[in-house]
Amino acid sequence: MTAAVMPLAAGELAAFGKDPWWIILIKAVAITVFLLVFTIFNVWFERRVVARMQHRVGPNVHGKFGLLQSLADGIKLSLKETIKPKGVDTILYVLAPIISAAMAFVAFSVIPLGPEVSIFGHRTPLQLTDLPVGVLFVLAAASLGIYGIVLGGWSSGSTYPLLGGLRSSAQMISYEVAMGLALVAVFLYSGSMSTSEIVGAQAGGSAVDIFGVTLQLPSWYGVVLLPSFLIYMIAMVGETNRAPFDLPEAEGELVAGFMTEYSSMKYLLFFLAEYVNMVTVSALATTMFLGGWRAPWPISLWAGANEGWWPLLWFLGKVLVFLFVFIWLRGTLPRMRYDQFMRLGWKILIPVALVWTVFVATARATLSAGYQRQFFFGIGAVVIVVLLLSFVYDAVAARREKAEEVEREEADQVEFDPFAGGYPVPPMPGQKVPGLEPAAVAVAAASAGAGSADSSGGAGAEGAGQQADSGEERGRG
Amino acid sequence: MGIEEKLPAGVLLTTVEGVVGYFRKASVWPATFGLACCAIEMMTTGGPVYDTGRFGMEVFRASPRQADLMIVAGRVSQKMAPVLRQIYDQMPEPKWVLSMGVCASSGGMFNNYAIVQGVDHVVPVDIYLPGCPPRPEMLLDAILKLHHKIQTSKLGVHKEQELEEQELTALESASTSEMKGLLR
Ligand code: SF4
Repeated sequence: MTAAVMPLAAGELAAFGKDPWWIILIKAVAITVFLLVFTIFNVWFERRVVARMQHRVGPNVHGKFGLLQSLADGIKLSLKETIKPKGVDTILYVLAPIISAAMAFVAFSVIPLGPEVSIFGHRTPLQLTDLPVGVLFVLAAASLGIYGIVLGGWSSGSTYPLLGGLRSSAQMISYEVAMGLALVAVFLYSGSMSTSEIVGAQAGGSAVDIFGVTLQLPSWYGVVLLPSFLIYMIAMVGETNRAPFDLPEAEGELVAGFMTEYSSMKYLLFFLAEYVNMVTVSALATTMFLGGWRAPWPISLWAGANEGWWPLLWFLGKVLVFLFVFIWLRGTLPRMRYDQFMRLGWKILIPVALVWTVFVATARATLSAGYQRQFFFGIGAVVIVVLLLSFVYDAVAARREKAEEVEREEADQVEFDPFAGGYPVPPMPGQKVPGLEPAAVAVAAASAGAGSADSSGGAGAEGAGQQADSGEERGRG
Repeated sequence: MGIEEKLPAGVLLTTVEGVVGYFRKASVWPATFGLACCAIEMMTTGGPVYDTGRFGMEVFRASPRQADLMIVAGRVSQKMAPVLRQIYDQMPEPKWVLSMGVCASSGGMFNNYAIVQGVDHVVPVDIYLPGCPPRPEMLLDAILKLHHKIQTSKLGVHKEQELEEQELTALESASTSEMKGLLR
């Protein structure tokens, strides 16, 4: 991907940075208001959908369809008494929710909401601004938002918030790595890191020439780069602390996590930050993988679908789909254990993302340089090598298993002593407590002993005991 | 925030009272907190059949800092009383207490040394709910009455006036020892 192939020139972003101050003001206020209203809608939407999934009705008393519900929550929370517990670090305690909420809003400024429209006769793109590294800006803002959580947990001066804050910082940092790696493939494909250009790059599908047959690729990176999309989807749930990855707020373990000591307005800010973050990651997913504001397939047949204000609607629709998935996950899945969660992040997502990135990079480099044949032979070779390696691995694993079995059998030969450490301990699987036999076996053995050695008379009981012992020996063998 | 408490008495305050009352009653978050058998009925009330979620009350908050309502569901043992009081103290104003079941209200059948004879020895109670255990319908009824109470509660100067009036009536009314005949 040299600059000659895919120019990253300023020409692409020429539409930005030319607005008069009042347009910028209108856009900034509009985005803020939009996010606030959308959050209010979101909370209601989530509660209704989750209620449906749990065979309940959900909020329907206050306002039409319960639509006033989340507004009431917000107003009530802001009217509540502000408690500042003893032992908090006041400055950080106040600052933390503000950082969290502010960063959630900031990230939205580079999300493209639509094409060029005219606002009061001034033509301007429906996006506050764009940068040559717009996506990195979103990731950076999200990382700064974590400061809010860590500082909030630490400054509360009590145990549960601290643990919750540490957990969530570990979680978000590790899932941010996977998220960033998932996006690398998109950068490689689109040749740009600016959000508006990535949307533009998904406008028309590219053609690939395989052995003389020209294939028209679909234009959405969610289809072309499906593994990236899946990794991003998982990482974005981890990144926003939502179920099944809502470990920082695990109620059974940590009360309310980093928010435990927060009440009233400050709690509201954390609450807001969480929901705005959900919208932001969904919007980023839409932009990167689902063609941004461009109309989806059946609508895109209509010529005017991608002009004027309509794209805003398509964009919202796609974001809503992601939000629904968030809620769906919450209504369906139980919370994961912390170690399982970390294993998923570090041992599965990140390696897969790395391998996939290398693959995409190789594919792009060889295909665009015209080495189709070599590329596909290369893939074939890799597949064969992987198959061979798996055979070798199977053989080695089988041998190791056999060796382990032999070892276990040898270990079983050693007599189990329940009082070895001074305390009675239960036997491990496969071990038997000496002299402890199920009653039925002992009775059967006794009758067998009596049958075979009827002449010994008084020694019957002793014989039964021996029978039982030998039976145990056989069982072990 | 406290601004609403400092408004001068009059139409403005009455209007604010109405609006604030509406939003407060629309979003009463209970604390995750159950003491005995009554708690099972409380959980049922949040389930699919009765669904307190309709009133926006399915949000049981684990941290008392974010809760508005403490449903004392069950008998309060002497050992639990300080814990209960602490949870109450950790909740931010305005907060309400619903004493659910005869045990929480008066000690009920447990007339003994181990059980606090009514949770009102420990925290101020807004609604008493009889029954052993009260059915979920009864809990819903108590919650609706509490909603009414929240809706009509006064703020700032009006609140002070109301309290003064209550104090006066209490002073003027006959004490129990002076009451004659069938006490009903
Ligand atoms: S009132 Fe009845 S159901 Fe409730 S706690 Fe007491 S004994 Fe249990």
